[in-house]
Amino acid sequence: MAAQHGLEAHSHGNVPIQTRSERPRSTSVSDFPEISNRQEIWRYVPLDKLRGLDKEVMGELSESEVTAELASGTSMRWVDSTDPLVGSAGLPEERVAAAAWTNASKTLVIEVEAESETTDASFVKIAANTAEANALHVVVSVGNHAKATIALDHLGQGVLGENVEIVLGDGAQLNFVTLQEWESGSTHVSTQFSKLGRDSSLKHVVVTMGGDLVRVVPAVSLSSAGAEVNMYGVYLAGSGNYFEHRPYVDHIAENCVSNVAYKGALQGAGAHTVWVGDVLIRESAVGTSTYELNRNLLLTDGARADSVPNLEIETGKIEGAGHASASGRFDDEQLFYLMSRGIDEDQAKKLVVRGFLSEVIQKIGIESIEQRLISAIEAELEKAGA
Amino acid sequence: MTTLEIKNLHVSVETDQGSKQILRGVDLTIKSGEIHAVMGPNGSGKSTLAYSVAGHPKYEVTDGQILLDGEDVLEMSVDERARAGLFLAMQYPVEIPGVSVSNFLRTAKTALSGEAPKLREWVGDLRDAMGNLRMDSDFTERNVNEGFSGGEKKRHEILQLELLKPKIAILDETDSGLDVDALKVVSEGVNRAHADNGLGVLLITHYTRILRYIKPDFVHVFVAGKVAEQGGAELAERLENEGYDRYTKAAV
Repeated sequence: MAAQHGLEAHSHGNVPIQTRSERPRSTSVSDFPEISNRQEIWRYVPLDKLRGLDKEVMGELSESEVTAELASGTSMRWVDSTDPLVGSAGLPEERVAAAAWTNASKTLVIEVEAESETTDASFVKIAANTAEANALHVVVSVGNHAKATIALDHLGQGVLGENVEIVLGDGAQLNFVTLQEWESGSTHVSTQFSKLGRDSSLKHVVVTMGGDLVRVVPAVSLSSAGAEVNMYGVYLAGSGNYFEHRPYVDHIAENCVSNVAYKGALQGAGAHTVWVGDVLIRESAVGTSTYELNRNLLLTDGARADSVPNLEIETGKIEGAGHASASGRFDDEQLFYLMSRGIDEDQAKKLVVRGFLSEVIQKIGIESIEQRLISAIEAELEKAGA
Repeated sequence: MTTLEIKNLHVSVETDQGSKQILRGVDLTIKSGEIHAVMGPNGSGKSTLAYSVAGHPKYEVTDGQILLDGEDVLEMSVDERARAGLFLAMQYPVEIPGVSVSNFLRTAKTALSGEAPKLREWVGDLRDAMGNLRMDSDFTERNVNEGFSGGEKKRHEILQLELLKPKIAILDETDSGLDVDALKVVSEGVNRAHADNGLGVLLITHYTRILRYIKPDFVHVFVAGKVAEQGGAELAERLENEGYDRYTKAAV
């Protein structure tokens, strides 16, 4: 399959051009129209799998469904969603995020003390077990000059509308991982807002391995000078999986750096992934450096990967801005090369897929998650008898 | 003692214009310890012969046989051919992103011998083989063929030849694109495998240059998909002086 994106200017079809920053924001469901595939942000989504996440009223994930192993310096508590912590990183831009917002009366707060430093990871497990739509609101707050690693692990069978706010103080460093390892029958729409303090640094990692419909929209607002964000994503979609990732970087302040790299492998009829990467460099964002990349590997016929990088630049005074996107078939020459050295076809495929994804997997920086991911990839490839 | 027999081999390749016949009845027999050079002009089907023996899916064998010690090679998958003792050193080995040389070599060795090599022994063998081929030790940390120079790719092919210890190896224009120093290093590797393991070699080349370092027992001249003439090392010298004109004119 040819690259989806050429050198010519991006076509916006008949849709009026709207800059990303002009989208309306609200926590009220009724401020957004009913969802349809005619709306750009919902155009690919199989709406029959939303399972009530777009409704005005839904339930709330119970506190017992969330468990944690926390590193020193990191604490967790539930607060009322009227708490001033809530809403400091961003507000919903669409209906499902608004519904999740208004239906979560409690908020899970994960807090890292200022100036605390640890290399140990905190694991927060969200294990849903219900076919009803539920809302969850999470705030991750990292104090000034603190350094932490936090992984949100979503598993079980659930229908979850989630908002995650990530707030980094000045000079803070956070390695944040969100894993979606849902069983079939699950739907998950997660909107993640990040606000970075001066000279802070966020590594935001998305790992999506399971679920009927998983949509993760991580938005990062670079509103303080010198902040840096690295956003990585790995996904492996099989038959029956629809995974959508829409990273968004909003460059507002001067001299900020962003780097986005997502890689996915697809196999099986009906496996579908969508990646839409938006980067906006505002007029004020002098000295910006940004690069975004998405690559997809289609292992079998009948899988489909959509990949759309969007770059809006409002100032010429930048360090650099680039993007790349490509989706390709499994390379028969790679397979032949490995097999000509005695390696059987199954193992050769595993090597190639692992190799393809490893560039991003190695960036996660949490050994146990990297290992789990590699095992999951191997199991998935075996399941399909690839 | 191993024997590779190629009998009356006819091979076609699918092109946009339909099926195109490349090999038109090739007969060749290679035994352990023998070095055969296959020489010929571009487009004569030398590489097709190499890839057909290795089992590349692009090539369709329409007639003839390939036998390894009497076993039907054409019935074997690509990996089974390798495990039976065949090896192809490729002219343009492909990049495999994210797979380190170290991981690749260990996986291949394990697949060929049916068990993982003993770590200490393996590390020693690898270090020696790389030293012989004048390769830096950090080479194993790089991804397979990614960013390799032409010379590094060929050394890496010969490194595999020495470590994987096949019975019969086909070298597809291993000499192309190498400077004299690299050509010597690579030739020494082939000669070591030949001397140490009794390797049988089918050396495919356009030029006679490599034959100064690897001495063939037999030379076969390939023209228009079949062997037009064969002889000993003296035939290569004649080609050196006269080129392929004599054959290509006759074929037209």
